[in-house]
Amino acid sequence: MITFKDVSLVYPNGTQGLKHVNVTIDEGEFVVIVGLSGAGKSTFIRSINRMVTPTYGELYVDGENVIQLQGKELRKLRTKVGMIFQNYNLVNRSSVMKNTISGRLGHTGTLRSILNLYSKKDRALAYENLKRVNIEEYVYQRADQLSGGQQQRVSIARVLTQEPKIILADEPVASLDPPTSHQVMKYLKKINQEDHITTIVNLHFIDMAMEYADRIIGMRDGEIVFDGPASEVTEKTFEEIYNRPIREHDLRGSE
Amino acid sequence: MQSTQHHISIYPRGMKMRVTLTLVMVALFYFFSLHKTESDFIEFFSNLDVVFMKLLSMFPPNWDYIPHAIGPLIETIQIAIVATTFSVIICIPLSLLSANTIVKNQYVYYFFRNLLNLMRTIPDILLATLFVSLFGVGILPGILALTVFSLGILAKLLSETIETIDPRQLEAIQSTGGNLLQVIWYGVVPQVLPQFISYGLYVFELNVRASLVLGFVGAGGIGSIIDTQLNFLQYKNVMAILILLLAAVIFIETVSNFLRRRVV
Repeated sequence: MITFKDVSLVYPNGTQGLKHVNVTIDEGEFVVIVGLSGAGKSTFIRSINRMVTPTYGELYVDGENVIQLQGKELRKLRTKVGMIFQNYNLVNRSSVMKNTISGRLGHTGTLRSILNLYSKKDRALAYENLKRVNIEEYVYQRADQLSGGQQQRVSIARVLTQEPKIILADEPVASLDPPTSHQVMKYLKKINQEDHITTIVNLHFIDMAMEYADRIIGMRDGEIVFDGPASEVTEKTFEEIYNRPIREHDLRGSE
Repeated sequence: MQSTQHHISIYPRGMKMRVTLTLVMVALFYFFSLHKTESDFIEFFSNLDVVFMKLLSMFPPNWDYIPHAIGPLIETIQIAIVATTFSVIICIPLSLLSANTIVKNQYVYYFFRNLLNLMRTIPDILLATLFVSLFGVGILPGILALTVFSLGILAKLLSETIETIDPRQLEAIQSTGGNLLQVIWYGVVPQVLPQFISYGLYVFELNVRASLVLGFVGAGGIGSIIDTQLNFLQYKNVMAILILLLAAVIFIETVSNFLRRRVV
């Protein structure tokens, strides 16, 4: 369970990322955060694994207030929370396998990981996860030789290898074409349903949000301006969240 | 409309004056230095025949001397290999500490940055002289001098490469809960390794050439026998050593270039 209690975040340059956010996300939910760029979606998601640090309020992940966490405790939080990025953020020059096994880093001693002494179980887990996203045939390819969609699938495998309780996805399909976008979202949805991993996805495409989300949270200027089940959401809701009429580029389109 | 007929200059008048003044000052300083150091160009040209005779006295090279030069040449290469190895190892922590993608603390960052700058301002020959006076004549001072000298260059090159890596790849490793060493090993090393190898080879080439000069101040290697043969006016021997050296340097650079092209 994730609970934001009056969380605010002001960046050092004075930009207000979050303004008094109060929200609770239950275990196993598939939540999509929507909003225009600059609305605070990224800040919201990155606060949960403390890639950014809120400046006010309390933020509970699994019953623990994470805002003060440092060092070892912070790394322990991050092993529980996996993250998927817009630009995949794979280590380009490393192999698919090496990228995937790096999901085990938080669970592996420094020396063991430097010498590649992963347990048989860890290696099998990494390979199984590559198979789950149908990318196992590229296991020894260099990451930068894969297409965008393939790279994003490897990054999903990396996150799964972490065995997280929560998956955060920051605009995971923004750099992909429509068919690949749907493919990636389907994998995320399937994992959420099969493994009951709480999944929070940032999107700015409203049709994709409506198609995949159980619950939609709308943000504008660092505030939550909408929060409700996806079934209740219409285009009108999005016009309220975006504070302007819906345009064509707000839609990803179908497969 | 007289004003439009005015002479229009490409450059502002003030700038022309400043540039002329600067050039005149440079020229004056140049002649002043020539005068003070008594290095007279006219004398140089009038003594050209002496220079020519000296050059001629180097030919034909005394090929029989080459076996005596092989030992010192190997010593020179050994000095370069050992010094390069030391500096390659030591430069890793140093360059990480002076890269702003890794070290977020401004004081630490600028301390190590300036330390590297300082190291690079000390000429290799000065270092060698210093170490010779500390440890006596031999190859140890040569190794130490070249280690410090190449460390400055290598750490600077590597730290600048580390500063240009893609921070998003580090972010991803961080987000898995990896600690600093793991982030460096999994995120930084793959991104900089090819350049690092290339810099190491480059510095090795530099060290071969520099270790030659260091011989003149007693830091071992082939430079010391060149020094001796020059003092004994054995120009034919000197020429033989130079040709041997040229061949060795060309060989080393060819191999190193080939290796570098393979990794980058």
